[in-house]
Parts: sequence; structure tokens; C-alpha cells
Amino acid sequence: MEIEAKSHPLDRYLRADRIPHIWCPGCGLGTVLNCFLHALEETDIDLKNLAVVSGIGCTGRVAGYINVDSYHTTHGRAVPFATGLKLANPKLKVVVFSGDGDLFAIGGNHFIHAARRNIDMTVICVNNYNYGMTGGQLGPTTPLEARATTAPYGNIEHPFNLCHVAAASGAVYVARWTSLHVRRLKESMKEALNKKGFSFVEIIAPCPTAFGRRNKEPTGLETLKYYKEHSVIKHGIDPAEADIEMGGDIVVGKFVDIEKPTFDEAVHELIKKARK
Amino acid sequence: MKYWVKKELKPPHGKVYIIKDRCKGCGFCIEFCPQGVLQESEEFNAKGYHPPKLVETDDKKCIGCGFCSLICPEFAIHIEKEEEEKDEKAD
Repeated sequence: MEIEAKSHPLDRYLRADRIPHIWCPGCGLGTVLNCFLHALEETDIDLKNLAVVSGIGCTGRVAGYINVDSYHTTHGRAVPFATGLKLANPKLKVVVFSGDGDLFAIGGNHFIHAARRNIDMTVICVNNYNYGMTGGQLGPTTPLEARATTAPYGNIEHPFNLCHVAAASGAVYVARWTSLHVRRLKESMKEALNKKGFSFVEIIAPCPTAFGRRNKEPTGLETLKYYKEHSVIKHGIDPAEADIEMGGDIVVGKFVDIEKPTFDEAVHELIKKARK
Repeated sequence: MKYWVKKELKPPHGKVYIIKDRCKGCGFCIEFCPQGVLQESEEFNAKGYHPPKLVETDDKKCIGCGFCSLICPEFAIHIEKEEEEKDEKAD
């Protein structure tokens, strides 16, 4: 027989008074947070030197649930806030946890320039193809022909390929997984946390309430079954070839893993040089 | 032939812990358990969902891989690996 438990081993990473979270049944965000906490547990990061920053949106609520130093910023401004944190306190490990709309629509320019400068932070972006919290409007990642509240006849805007944007802007680590690839996602998060420089992990996650039920996937379970049948792992390919299409294969894997000097190292070297 | 019959190689086992009142009935753990250990129960939890329960017939089916504890969005299920009883006679 199964054993009824009162608490979970990961509860020490969570703000217990805020659990259960508000995410809908079938949402992928809980799974992603779960993988992140497992990754934290398995890396030897000192939790006192960890800061989690989120923007606005369903994903933005992660900062409120995780029991480390965290900040819930204004819409789109998670990356600049994290940049400031990192430059003021170089010892800090900074993680930005936010959604596709917050990071790439409202905060699009901040993301591009943080990647260009190679600021040492980890960006975890949960891509659910729409603005879930406000009722399922189309966003910059909604695939062509997908239906949304503001695109009832199908989307005609070309979407962003987030991994391609990150790689082209200069990120040193770029990976994409779906919320079904939990083990690989956990390993990828561990690699990204240990990577020096701007590391980016995109997670394709179901949003049954706002996106799925308008696109013939009314439950999270059905979306996960779709991921199981349609995801193809291709490590090291050019992220430009990893476009996402409605009804097509989802290319996942680790696309970029390179070394580059980071901005905060350069800044502190410059200060030393200038003081001589 | 003694090299081929290794008694100490047994499949590992796990104990399944479920926090029933946290479950929101998404069904991820039931669908994606590699061993098919879980099924939907008929009872209701405090929120009105059906939490998972073990498929009763086989108690030792769970191999403790921990996939359910990784995929659960609600932190409602976790696994404890059972320690193998070491056979003192082996070796």
C-alpha cells in the first residue's frame, strides 16, 4: 500500500504557507519548479548566495513560492534587476525565472542586451505559447495558425524562436526541453547553474486553461502525450533549425555550450586597471 | 555456471509516499510511471480530486526511479528507496 505522508522532502525549499500554489491542474509550471528544486538539491550551491528574480505572469509567481532570497519585479524587468544584483554583489548566483511574454515581449530588449554583454546569470524561461494569466492572448511565441483569444481565426504573426534569439544574442549555454523531459531538464538546469556566463534554458510547457483548450489539447495530460510523440532530441544543432510549428515536431536538446569572458569579470578587471 | 546466477542482483524497490490533499488530479504520475504502478483512486481529497493510489495486486512493482516525484507539479508524491537486505552468504 502507498503510505500517506504529511510533508515532502523539498518542502524546505518552499514557503510552506503559500503551498498549494495557484497554478491550474495540468499546468507545466509546477513540474518545472519541481525540477529546479531537485537541481538545486543536487548541486552544492549555498542557498544564502542564491537569488531568484521573476517578472510578471504565472511563471513570475515562482519567486514567491521558493524559500530563498527572491524578488518579484515589474513586468519585463527581471533581467535588468538581476543584472544590478550580480554587478553589486559578484558572489551572488542569480537565477531569472520567468515566462515567454515577460522575457521576450515586454522585456525583450533587456534579454538581448544581457545576453550580448554575457552577464553571469541563469535564465529559465517557461514557454507556454501565450499570455496565460490574462486570459490567453497571443504573444511573441504563439506558433503560426494557433488559436488564441485575440486570434480566433488563427495566428498570422511569425513567432520568435527563443533559443535562436538567445544564441544569436551571445548566450554561452542554450538548451530547450519540454516539461515531460524532467530528468534531462534537471541535468540541464544543473549545467546551466554551474555555467559561467549567460545561460538560457527554455522549457515548453502546457497551458491547458488558456492555450490548450483552444487548440484541441484541453488537458495537460494530452499536451504531454503530444510531447512524447513529437519531440526529437538533437544536441548541438544550429538553433535556427529548431523552429516550432503547430502540429510539427518539437526539436529539443542542448544547442550551444561555449566559453566566453563575462561582463562582471571584465568590469572588475577594468576597475583594478583604472586604479593603478 | 555459478557466475551467471547472481542472487544478490535483485531489482530495487521504492516506497511511494503520497500527500493526498495536495493532489490536483492532473494524472501525470499515473500516465507516465514506467512500471504502471499507480492508478486513480475512487476517493475524493479535500479539493475534490481523485488522488493516485497503488495498483493493489503487486506491492513490489515500484522500482524507485523517482519519475513521479520529478513530474508532480504539486509536490504531492515522493519515493523512498528501500535499502536492500544484504545477503551475508554471498561472497
